[in-house]
Amino acid sequence: MDLLSTLRIALRALARNKMRSTLTMLGIIIGVGAVIALVGIGQGADQTVQKQIANLGSNMLFVSSGSRNFGGLRLGWGNTKTLVREDVAAILKECPAVATAAPGTQTSAQVVYENDNWGTRITGSTPEYFEIRTWPFQSGASFTDDDVTTAANVAVIGDTVRKNLFAATDPVGKTVRIGNLPFIVVGVLQAKGQSPAMSEDQDDTIIVPLTTLQKKITGQPWLRFVMVSAKTRAGSYEAKQQIESLLRDRHRIRPEQDNDFTVRNLADMADLASEASSVMTALLASIAGVSLLVGGIGIMNILLVSVTERTREIGLRMAIGATEGDVQRQFLFEAVVMSMIGGAVGIVLGVTASLVIASSAGWPILISGGAIAGAALVAMAIGIFFGYYPAQKAARLDPIEALRYE
Amino acid sequence: MAPQPTKSLSVADIAAPETRDGTVLQTRDVHKIYQLGETQVHALRGVSLEIRRGEFVAIMGASGSGKSTFMNILGCLDKPSSGQYLLEGTDVSQLEKKQLAEIRNRKIGFVFQGFNLLARTTALENTELPTLYSRVNKVEREQRAMAALKMVGLADRMDHFPSQLSGGQQQRVAIARALVNRPSILLADEPTGNLDSRTSVEVMEIFQSLNDSGLTIILVTHEHDISQFAKRTIVFRDGKVRRDEGVTNRARAAEVLKTMPVLED
Repeated sequence: MDLLSTLRIALRALARNKMRSTLTMLGIIIGVGAVIALVGIGQGADQTVQKQIANLGSNMLFVSSGSRNFGGLRLGWGNTKTLVREDVAAILKECPAVATAAPGTQTSAQVVYENDNWGTRITGSTPEYFEIRTWPFQSGASFTDDDVTTAANVAVIGDTVRKNLFAATDPVGKTVRIGNLPFIVVGVLQAKGQSPAMSEDQDDTIIVPLTTLQKKITGQPWLRFVMVSAKTRAGSYEAKQQIESLLRDRHRIRPEQDNDFTVRNLADMADLASEASSVMTALLASIAGVSLLVGGIGIMNILLVSVTERTREIGLRMAIGATEGDVQRQFLFEAVVMSMIGGAVGIVLGVTASLVIASSAGWPILISGGAIAGAALVAMAIGIFFGYYPAQKAARLDPIEALRYE
Repeated sequence: MAPQPTKSLSVADIAAPETRDGTVLQTRDVHKIYQLGETQVHALRGVSLEIRRGEFVAIMGASGSGKSTFMNILGCLDKPSSGQYLLEGTDVSQLEKKQLAEIRNRKIGFVFQGFNLLARTTALENTELPTLYSRVNKVEREQRAMAALKMVGLADRMDHFPSQLSGGQQQRVAIARALVNRPSILLADEPTGNLDSRTSVEVMEIFQSLNDSGLTIILVTHEHDISQFAKRTIVFRDGKVRRDEGVTNRARAAEVLKTMPVLED
């Protein structure tokens, strides 16, 4: 019998039991749909995290002054006084993988503009800070190197600060007070959003020249952190090593001693996040895979019932000339048709679900052709695998017995 | 095959033309032994028979007489344990399963007691079924099936489902299905077993007219009345042929029908 006729017979047999066929296909539909949706969601989430990490700065490394151990009393980061501006100069000079570096320190203070006031983080740094963090301005511009040299009272404000203090007015050129000192706002940064790593509002900040902060506000000459940008993403791993050995050297740390600083590499963080999300995706996909397996068993189950129900039909077909191969193909086709239709509907469902979830979560839409092709193949393989046994059982029937079957 | 304008039958439509004369099938000392667990059942103990083209044979016998086993062998559904079965000169007892399927498809038409029509499938499609397993194109398939349905007088019911047909009509569809591949022999296993007496005679009328036009028919029945429509009766007992004789005073179904009261329709 030709394949087209076999296909028609299979379709008719399925159409004869619409409810049953649909329910059987449901297993495959849910399985395939879930695999596609979950893989899509997993990849979307991963991309989002990667984007957020990249958003922190390009090829960025973050050197922070480390915790310090005072004979058992351990203090948090930023409590050592060993990280200084000279270190930054040395990093720029001696670490070939480093492109730029910006020293920084931080405090928090109350900021006042006219009748409004707002508590925020005050960061002291150099103009390179904005470059390393790839942070564009919505109005105005950065303070200059001269401002750093002269410890000028100028400030760049983040979007959250602008919203809270200025509302609709353009802050550039206005004067705010930090503590008791007046600062002229020279620039307003564009919104960056939540930080993925520290889960803090990155826009809730004011950046002033490093020297201004050190000399006029905190009175502390040391640094809390250095922001470093590596020349390339791949080079950031190298940069981390170069900085570590340089700083150990400069801080005269003996081999058996711990660092008094920490170098964190954004590429490391990205790798970690991506590893975490791929483990998550694999986990979800394998759970969905189990439902696919269950769907396959459902097909097998229904086909076995169908073979028993249609024993006489099988006997008749054999009596009038169907070969074992014909009978086997007929049932195999039923299984494959069910799994393929289930797979197709599942793909549509999975894609729709990922689109809906991606758009509601604001993630990039990620539907990989690989996942779809894979799902289609797996669906067909399931049909063949789980259809084989019942089909074989049908083909092995003795026509005489089958015809007598009540 | 040209589409038939009327219900009339012709030899060329039914019998394979090249073997229209002579012996259709021959069995030589056919034995069949079943192994049922520990015990052996000797279902056939040496059956030698010859059936010629155009014969109408009724095979009779009590249950356990071996007649069903013999029919299964004639129908190529089963193989003899020993002995030969020649169908149109070919020793089919030596053939592989696949070749047997082809023989069943091409040379044998089956009619069963229980009709065995596919539910929710029209009379035409049921009739077409054997052609699906032979290399016949779609157009010819339909033409042949329509012609076969005309032969059994059901051309006007070809779009009906089995559930919309009476028992007699269902059996006629089954006969049309048996004829669609122009078989050499028609094997009917208790074809009237599920039918009332009038419908049984109607079915026999069709068999007789098919036989009149040259088709070889072998019919298994346990009803003496039905066997009297055949030309020859063979009685089985204990796996052997006990009686093999011509039918004297053969009944003509068409005549008998006239004497029977019409109950319905």
